[in-house]
Amino acid sequence: MEQVNQGARDHVYPQAAHALYRTLSQAAISAATPIAAVLVALSFGAALLWLNGFTGTDVVTVMVMGSFQDARSIGEILLKATPLILIGAGLCVAFRCSIWNIGAEGQLYVGAIAATFVGTSIDGLSVWIHAPLVMLAGALAGAAWAGIAGYLKVRFQASEIVTTIMLNYIALILTSYLVTGPMRDVSAAYPQSARLVREAWTPRIVSDMRLHIGILVAIVLAVALYIFLQRSSRGFALRVVGLNPHAARYAGMDVRRNVMIAICISGAMAGLAGAFEVAGVTHRLYQNISPGYGFEGIAVALLANNNPLAAILSGGLFAMLRSGSEVLQITSQVPQVLVLVIQGIVILSVVAFAKFRGMFAGLR
Amino acid sequence: MDDMMFFTFLAALMGAAWRLATPLIFASIGAVFSERAGVLNIGLEGTMLVGAFCGFAAAFATGSIPLGLLAGVGGGMLFGLVFAFFTITIKADQIVVGAALNLLGMGLTAFLFRTYYVSTGKGIEIAQPVHIPWLSDLPFLGEAFFRQNLIVYSTILTAILATLVLYRTAFGLTLRAVGEHPKAVDVAGRNVATYRYAAVMVGTGLAGLGGAFLTLGHSNQFVEGITSGRGFIALAVVVFARWSPIGAFFVSLLFGLFYALQLMLQAQASVVVPYQVLQALPYIMTIITLVFVRGKGAAPSKLGQPYEMR
Repeated sequence: MEQVNQGARDHVYPQAAHALYRTLSQAAISAATPIAAVLVALSFGAALLWLNGFTGTDVVTVMVMGSFQDARSIGEILLKATPLILIGAGLCVAFRCSIWNIGAEGQLYVGAIAATFVGTSIDGLSVWIHAPLVMLAGALAGAAWAGIAGYLKVRFQASEIVTTIMLNYIALILTSYLVTGPMRDVSAAYPQSARLVREAWTPRIVSDMRLHIGILVAIVLAVALYIFLQRSSRGFALRVVGLNPHAARYAGMDVRRNVMIAICISGAMAGLAGAFEVAGVTHRLYQNISPGYGFEGIAVALLANNNPLAAILSGGLFAMLRSGSEVLQITSQVPQVLVLVIQGIVILSVVAFAKFRGMFAGLR
Repeated sequence: MDDMMFFTFLAALMGAAWRLATPLIFASIGAVFSERAGVLNIGLEGTMLVGAFCGFAAAFATGSIPLGLLAGVGGGMLFGLVFAFFTITIKADQIVVGAALNLLGMGLTAFLFRTYYVSTGKGIEIAQPVHIPWLSDLPFLGEAFFRQNLIVYSTILTAILATLVLYRTAFGLTLRAVGEHPKAVDVAGRNVATYRYAAVMVGTGLAGLGGAFLTLGHSNQFVEGITSGRGFIALAVVVFARWSPIGAFFVSLLFGLFYALQLMLQAQASVVVPYQVLQALPYIMTIITLVFVRGKGAAPSKLGQPYEMR
């Protein structure tokens, strides 16, 4: 008896150690791809600067390091990370379901419009009610806007790639109409809406910094979406639909319903991001409230390999690059749009490395 | 509006529609080529921007419009080479690569424009309408059809040429087969990847030309994001046109009409609709097009799928 147990234990422990080793090495490999992709993109950025007569090494010394100066500058990075994490994590869900929602920018704007409406037209509520109400309005509006594209896809097979992009333009034009027309604060010289009432503002974390609780909400929701995707039966169904809709239908899953859920979740997250921009940062609606967070969110999700948990990190990274590119523009007159180039190269590097890794795995 | 004014308006509208359709015609005929070979390039928007920028930069440096157009085509094809390498050679997802190229196109052109040109504030000489004796002077018809520049006229030639190549040559036949049944092409001893590369090159070259028209034949300046979604609208045009070059020509004209209507109604003082409604018209029409025109049966069956050689 004793001997048998001993033998079994000997058999079990190396196996456990091996499993641990495998998990760790897999984690290292999956972390290596995004890190390498970012390094390639930064080198490309450096080369681009150098070729055009700027100082190439500024990409690292100013863009990456320069954004960390004090608590305030880190707060500003987290402020930019908030919409990126929200949108990126939401897009992970859509992309996992093979729904190509390219319309997060428009969903963000519609969320911002709804938040402005709720934040300016109601008065006298407690902050405990009004602030969450504004967030809810943003999320619902974003979900509804994305839902249009989802409905057109499941009902008419209209490509969501094209419809979401068209809805981006329509949302931007709608915003421009509202802030120059019905929602305009006539006392202001610049087209903008009235200021949201105090109770509707997203509470700040530290009173003298712009950083608001949105970053915490973003992180909690990203974790929640990770658990939803990996641990719930609905999340499983979404992933199956994404991998093979025919198999999903054969297994009795409602493909249309899953598509609608996936695109609406991603829209809600983008809409919430828009609500936070208005209620947490600007407190008014402007024509160009987003510097392209909706498009950057696509890069965030892809760098995270469509994993909402990893989107927290990649969102933070892109926020850092964006802050850094602002510093770089001020210190060295480098056009801030450099950050778009770096994002594009990050995506290309991620797909290239993923393919090469697959090729090496195939050789082994 | 009395009758005379109405006809003047109509003539100007039709002339403007063709002009505004021109970038869409080039881009969508190009997209027909790459999609017929099974390659869906959503990076057309970025490609058109690159074409617009290269065209502007070359014409700015040399003062020559033909050289500008050539640079636009070349820039588009260079961008297309990147797309083809990623999607055909290493078989990455076409949508992901397309999205990356859109960011890259937007970022690179804006970066270079701000670095070198924004402070000059200077424009370029754009292509002038050619005066065709007698025809250009016709009442109504002259204004509507015969007062365009050569680039606009070349769209007809492009549509006819594209149709001939696609349906009347061995190259076109093989190219279409690559999108429908790549394995058959492979078994017949032709290289699927080569044909897909060629299709992407034709597609991005034409997209670059469409972009270059915006800076060389329409506006005399490069503006960041000057394409404003035309690369994406071209994708919808292709669906509406059921993947035919002649169809793409006429559907683009229809979209050109929406653009022209928007511009001309904005200028009419009597129109009370907010100008944003008119601005949104092309985008709304694109969505409606996709809803009401279901040409899915006509889509190349292997659209968007990489081909794995065995």
